[in-house]
Amino acid sequence: MEQFKLRIITPDRVFYEGDANMVELNTTEGEIGVLPGHIPMTVVIKPGILTITEENETKEAALHAGFVEILQDSVTVLAEIIEWPTEIDAERAEAALHRAEERIKNHTPETDMARAETALLRAMARISVLK
Amino acid sequence: MASMRDIKRRKGSIQSTQQITKAMKLVSTVKLQRARQNAEKSVSYFSCMYETVTSILGMTMGMKHPYLDGGSAGKKAVIVMTSNRGLAGGYNSNIVKLVTGSFSKEDTVIYAVGKKGRDALARQGYEIAVDASEIVEEPAYADAMCLTRRLLEAFEKGEISEIYLAYTYFKNTVSHIPTLTKLLPVALQEKEPAEDTEREEVRGAQAEKEGQNDGEVRKAPMNFEMDDEDALNLIIPKYVTSLIYGGLVESVASENGARMQAMDSATSNAEEMIEDLTLMYNRARQGSITQELTEIIAGAGAIS
Repeated sequence: MEQFKLRIITPDRVFYEGDANMVELNTTEGEIGVLPGHIPMTVVIKPGILTITEENETKEAALHAGFVEILQDSVTVLAEIIEWPTEIDAERAEAALHRAEERIKNHTPETDMARAETALLRAMARISVLK
Repeated sequence: MASMRDIKRRKGSIQSTQQITKAMKLVSTVKLQRARQNAEKSVSYFSCMYETVTSILGMTMGMKHPYLDGGSAGKKAVIVMTSNRGLAGGYNSNIVKLVTGSFSKEDTVIYAVGKKGRDALARQGYEIAVDASEIVEEPAYADAMCLTRRLLEAFEKGEISEIYLAYTYFKNTVSHIPTLTKLLPVALQEKEPAEDTEREEVRGAQAEKEGQNDGEVRKAPMNFEMDDEDALNLIIPKYVTSLIYGGLVESVASENGARMQAMDSATSNAEEMIEDLTLMYNRARQGSITQELTEIIAGAGAIS
């Protein structure tokens, strides 16, 4: 099957580098899946699961912020925060989820709703990638 | 001529100072290696970030946006990156000089990262808006994000109209260059020379591969899912954050490099002084022995 080069880079490491058949991720405009030969495009990431489909296996990671540069034969993810499932602390994610839900439920005019929602999305992404 | 005891005491004190400077040199060597690795690891992120932002700015040319053409007549904000501790040669004073030479204290607010720079600028009458000195110890991307958020809030409120970053560019272990970069408003034709050389230098091995990527980026017109203004709103803060983080890791590497150098020369200076003092001590010892002998001989002569 046709493949493209996938690079996932964070400020402090190269998170992933290799050939992939498909990559799926969550963007500000909705979920997208990218196959080889995609038109050049830049998208901004929303917290969610990143799924890499390789020749024989699929890998998942929790991707929280950054943007993606899609070219015909390569995809570069500039991720501010991204984690493999093994790097996630389940208890902390649960706690963060409850905290964010709490904040959204009892919100006051001062609450930064956008931030609370992002926190909620992040926690959900972490938990769902663990399952 | 100083007495033997004085010389010995002086030598002892220099020796213990030398031990301290030697230890500090070793510590900063280790820290430098780590800081350097951090700086090198982040390079590929910044080169991609830079390419993307350049291509986006190329698309949105002629657009009106506060991030591109500056806000109202507010003050200028300068992020000053120095160290929290001294004994690093000219590292801190070079940055302070750069800032005082380029900005007047009337229309500048300082975002201090590092106690030394903060104190020096506060003494000279600059206004310190934010003090984030603790992030120098362990630079993390989250810290840079936090600082960016505060800066952009002030920028959007119109309190500041321009944002500059003063940091020390880590060229190599012995050469650190104090650098001033304009973060906002983003000027398209402006390329940070430091940023560029850094990329080219450290990329080295990757150059070929990256070079191909460069070509592709320019060939293909980029599409955006959202409209241009949203793209700028989302991507420019990330760009600023990455520059701040980049400046931070470079500064930390430079700080340790500068300290290592300073401590190295202090150690060798101490070595030199010890040599001189040893010579003086030996002369004084010989002198006193000769004197004693003369006295004994004179005494014996008087008795017989």
